[in-house]
Amino acid sequence: MNRTYDFSVNATQFIADDGSLIKPLPSTVDETILLQAYQEMVLIRIFDQKAIALQRTGKLGTYPSSLGQESIGIAIGLAMQACDVFVPYYRDQATQYLRGVSLTEMLQYWGGDERGSHYQNCTQDMPICVPIATQFCHAAGIATAFKIRGEKRVSVVTGGDGSTSKGDFLESLNLSGVWQLPMVMVINNNQWAISTRREVQSHSETLAQKAISAGIPGVQVDGNDFVSLYDAMLTALKRARAGKGPTLIEAISYRLSDHTTADDATRYRSHDELKKGWDREPIKRLRDYLLSLNLWDPDKENQLQEKVKEQVDNAVTAYLAIQPEPATAMFDHLFKKLPAPMQAQYDEVKRLHLS
Amino acid sequence: MNTKVNIRQADTADIKEAPTPVNQTMVEAINLALAHAMEEDENVVMLGEDVGANGGVFRATVDLRQEFGLKRVMDTPLAETLISGITIGMASQGLKPIAEIQFMGFIYAAMEQIVSHASRLRNRTRGRISCPMVIRAPFGGGIHAPEHHSESTEALFAHIPGIRVVVPSSPLRAYGLLLSAIRDPDPVLFLEPKRIYRAVAQPVLDDGKALPLDTCFTLREGSDLTLISWGAMIQETLQAANTLSEKGVSCEVIDVASISPLDTNTLECSAVKTGRCIIIHEAAHSGGVGAEIAAHLAEHCLLDLKAPIKRVTGFDTIMPYLRNEGYYLPSVERIVDAANEVMDF
Repeated sequence: MNRTYDFSVNATQFIADDGSLIKPLPSTVDETILLQAYQEMVLIRIFDQKAIALQRTGKLGTYPSSLGQESIGIAIGLAMQACDVFVPYYRDQATQYLRGVSLTEMLQYWGGDERGSHYQNCTQDMPICVPIATQFCHAAGIATAFKIRGEKRVSVVTGGDGSTSKGDFLESLNLSGVWQLPMVMVINNNQWAISTRREVQSHSETLAQKAISAGIPGVQVDGNDFVSLYDAMLTALKRARAGKGPTLIEAISYRLSDHTTADDATRYRSHDELKKGWDREPIKRLRDYLLSLNLWDPDKENQLQEKVKEQVDNAVTAYLAIQPEPATAMFDHLFKKLPAPMQAQYDEVKRLHLS
Repeated sequence: MNTKVNIRQADTADIKEAPTPVNQTMVEAINLALAHAMEEDENVVMLGEDVGANGGVFRATVDLRQEFGLKRVMDTPLAETLISGITIGMASQGLKPIAEIQFMGFIYAAMEQIVSHASRLRNRTRGRISCPMVIRAPFGGGIHAPEHHSESTEALFAHIPGIRVVVPSSPLRAYGLLLSAIRDPDPVLFLEPKRIYRAVAQPVLDDGKALPLDTCFTLREGSDLTLISWGAMIQETLQAANTLSEKGVSCEVIDVASISPLDTNTLECSAVKTGRCIIIHEAAHSGGVGAEIAAHLAEHCLLDLKAPIKRVTGFDTIMPYLRNEGYYLPSVERIVDAANEVMDF
């Protein structure tokens, strides 16, 4: 039996690196959404700068910057519906913010307070996942629950390029196809997994083509172009909601920051490469496009910067005013009810720290 | 190996009032409990390798798919990481998934999901999202199985905060403890001693009554010596208690049942009462749950003890293949020898 199978991966880009339009905008995108996306991206960048400053002055723990990836998170967050479930990895501040996680909650989490994951406004979303790729299995389980119950909801999961090397990702991808789960997987391909290059993760030409092995659609988009990912997300979400199964989206981006505040990327990547990364960055790109349409101007920019800085400062003030939990809090949510054999340990902590 | 023993007094006393209990093996009792839980709560679903069409390689899930359908009894791809991971996702949505890992020797791929996520989802979200799931896994040796099918590594999981590790030792306790595990709002690792899946039968009434978790069961009261064990080793422990009784040594036998969290109160009370303790487990000697129990008793009851605490356990070796597994598993003779040593101290 001789047979040839043909597969292909579509790569999409609407707005070029210099802010010019490559092809007409899709019907899913209008001026309102572009302006909203831009303003949210600016907010996240200012928040990011503030978080790093807090870490440098000892007021926050280790923090993973999302510098350069703002458009990925904002596109996902704006495309999702409130009823969906977001299953984030640790560099998803932008989407989390749009889902309803407050800036104060994010600071609380990275400041070492578990209450930062007790989201007040998006109680259904999963907490940040720190181990690599394990969250893809959770998203598949969540999508399975939706399918079993016949709910028109979608689980959306994100991971970095490094996560595609792990079994958890591949096993979930495989299952999503077998069970045709209402699930969207977004790979934030920012080219670096700490010091490991994208080329070391996989010899495959794209990460999107991993979808082919699972028998599901895989698309590659320019993740620094808000329009590309937003449109791809809407298409994938619509498919999933209609019972037509999962989609894998590879969003090409670039990590302009260190991996975290504990990392020093100058040890493993060149200044030239980083400089090229800045040429492609998402915020300037969208601003240039908006400026070209006369939808934006320096006055609006100044007003936005002022407003956003105030918003971030308020979040920081609220964060710094939060009192720590009592020492016994470590027992309070381990199990729903403290098992009787653990009472003595609880009493000991209470005696040592609360008397 | 003769592992069949008479039903003990504690259990027969429990069932005397039952109207029509039917004789069940442990694997049948597990099947009964699963069916009961699925009947009473539509959120209870099952998943794993071969659990559907095949009814599980030990038949613990037999007939459940016919009864409850494809959406509730799901055959998964052969991937333990995935099975445990999607179980967490399903549990986060208010389902009560019961995952079967075909043999505990294959559970290690699932460890990251169990340790890093199942055990801490409630804590890290400060109670916002809970993880009401059960992972069932047949464990232990003595059934002439191939490599990777006979280990007893309950101590690996007992060390992890946030999950319960439960081991039944009879059909009655398998039924009652499994119902508790399924109804519990937190993750439970339910380890089934497969050597006694079919070696012991006793009347079990399918009345939906659960047995408490986090509690040891005193199977036999005595005044001279406390024998502490769990799972399949309860069989040899009870036989040893009978033998010792004939020699005039009154043994108290405690089935630990919940390996974690450990009911240290029951263990302490018994140690104080008899002054002598032997811990019997099939798992390797060093770093086992026996070491934890011995350390706890030494810490809290030292001056009440009349002799050093002894452990009769597997050896710090790889569990031998089927031809030699009998050399590894603790025998009645080893327990009786240890008892004589403790009594003569």
